Amino acid sequence: MKILLIAESREGKILGGSYELLAFAEKIQAESVMFLVGGESALPSYPGKLYLAEAAAVGEYNPDVHRELILAVVAAEKPDMVAFCHSSYGWDLAPRVAYALQAAQVSEVVEVVDGTFMVPVCNAKLRRQVKPATALVVVTLQAGAFGSSEEPAGTPTVEKISATSAGRVEFVGYEQAAGGGVDLGKAQVIVSAGRGIGKPENVAMVAELAKALGGEYGASRPVVDAEWVEHNRQVGTTGQSVSPKLYVACGISGAIQHLAGMKKSEFILAVNTDRDAPIGEVADVLVVADLKQFVPVLTEKLKAR
Amino acid sequence: MKILVCIKQVPDMESKFKIDSAGTWYAKTDLAWRMNEYDEYAVEQAVQLKEQLKEADITVLCIGGDQVKETMKKALAMGCDRGAHIADDAAAGREPLQIAAMIAEYARDKEFAVIFTGMQSQDRGSAQVGLLVAEMLGLPAVTTVVQFAYDAGTVTARRELEGGVKAVVKMTPPLLITCQLGLNTPRYPTLPNIMKAKKKELLTIPAEQLLKVEARQETVKIAFPEKKGGGVVLEGDVADLADQVIKILKEKTAVLA
Repeated sequence: MKILLIAESREGKILGGSYELLAFAEKIQAESVMFLVGGESALPSYPGKLYLAEAAAVGEYNPDVHRELILAVVAAEKPDMVAFCHSSYGWDLAPRVAYALQAAQVSEVVEVVDGTFMVPVCNAKLRRQVKPATALVVVTLQAGAFGSSEEPAGTPTVEKISATSAGRVEFVGYEQAAGGGVDLGKAQVIVSAGRGIGKPENVAMVAELAKALGGEYGASRPVVDAEWVEHNRQVGTTGQSVSPKLYVACGISGAIQHLAGMKKSEFILAVNTDRDAPIGEVADVLVVADLKQFVPVLTEKLKAR
Repeated sequence: MKILVCIKQVPDMESKFKIDSAGTWYAKTDLAWRMNEYDEYAVEQAVQLKEQLKEADITVLCIGGDQVKETMKKALAMGCDRGAHIADDAAAGREPLQIAAMIAEYARDKEFAVIFTGMQSQDRGSAQVGLLVAEMLGLPAVTTVVQFAYDAGTVTARRELEGGVKAVVKMTPPLLITCQLGLNTPRYPTLPNIMKAKKKELLTIPAEQLLKVEARQETVKIAFPEKKGGGVVLEGDVADLADQVIKILKEKTAVLA
């Protein structure tokens, strides 16, 4: 079994998901080679062969060209599997590569069982077992599902590759999120509002509880998208990753992108009307109740102590 | 300009799911159905583009049984001009490649300048269909778009990356965009527009006419994940619950010291 790992770098830095790919290869006991669009000054810690295309030459986001480069590596190495992170880079590139290779693609794999793949369905409420029908398989791996993103030891043997085409999408540049405001990373207690708060007026209820607990309030993505809470309070993959002493999730169902940003919290209290909500999987305590009734009562009792 | 928007009908994710008799998907009974959330942003963006251009024609496409027409009517009431319903009672069992192949086959000769899809569905969540459609039609595609602007024949889009960073990209139509949550604020259909939508064209095409590829993967089974969390579940009167929670927080955390 041979696997091609598609590593990622952004602005010259190797992204942690790249090492999760390596953990995956080890878990399924596959021989691996790695592909990276990046730079020689920041090579991944990897004790194998690395096909390196210079980001300065081909661009960090250039799907047409990255696809062409990966196809060239597949032709040279003839792997049985091509693995991407299920990330903004991986989910954008994997279907393009899979289509060109006429390979089955299995998205957001969380586990491998006897040559089949387990993937989440319906916000992880269900799990689907998938069997590919092609010899070559393309997979994207859910962040955090396979081992750590910590750097292993090793220096790769580098083979440089380059592309001939230009690509049809012009990459203009990166835009950083508006900074300032709230650094949730420093808060000991975070109380977050999810879709279950129902209306913007109820943000105050969550903020009050945060205050009573001496902490900050945050929010999940839908609440930020609805502009009920500003983006600099968003917890999750596309917001801030936090690990406070206490995290209180109010009306948050627990999408994987949210869980990835808070599951390392020391103690997690969830308040949700849905007993089966995925947040229950990471919560130390799940209070099955309507937060609009429960939260004000808890706040009053905390204040009265 | 001709615009295509691809939408999917999905269950409300808060539903109590059950497994179907074949054991390969969720049972479709006793569920509340709605438009895939990501697709609401796709529809809204298409309508906004039409409003900007004045001259445009939006086709909304949906694959599934007769019941998906309800969701298509919402898209028509939001401002799409016509509907293309690909009638397929077996749609839930199709893999992304097959769904994409039907869309591409439908769109092939219709000269759509911009195709919008959601970045993924809320139920199956493969995040493949949009990109596969683009590959099949030979179009450039950008995924996970949170900002879209069309000006003088050029599209400028912002892709959402991890950690709050966005990538700014430019390209020229024909092209395909997959829409991320937060791209815009999807409108609620007004009553007059709901009435108008009833008169809009809704053409049904049998799936057999469009589906020409074999699945490259199959679902062995679907199951509820094992409950790994050893967490305590508390239920009951809210005042009692609050007392219990305070007691637990005192014992297990240092935050109430």
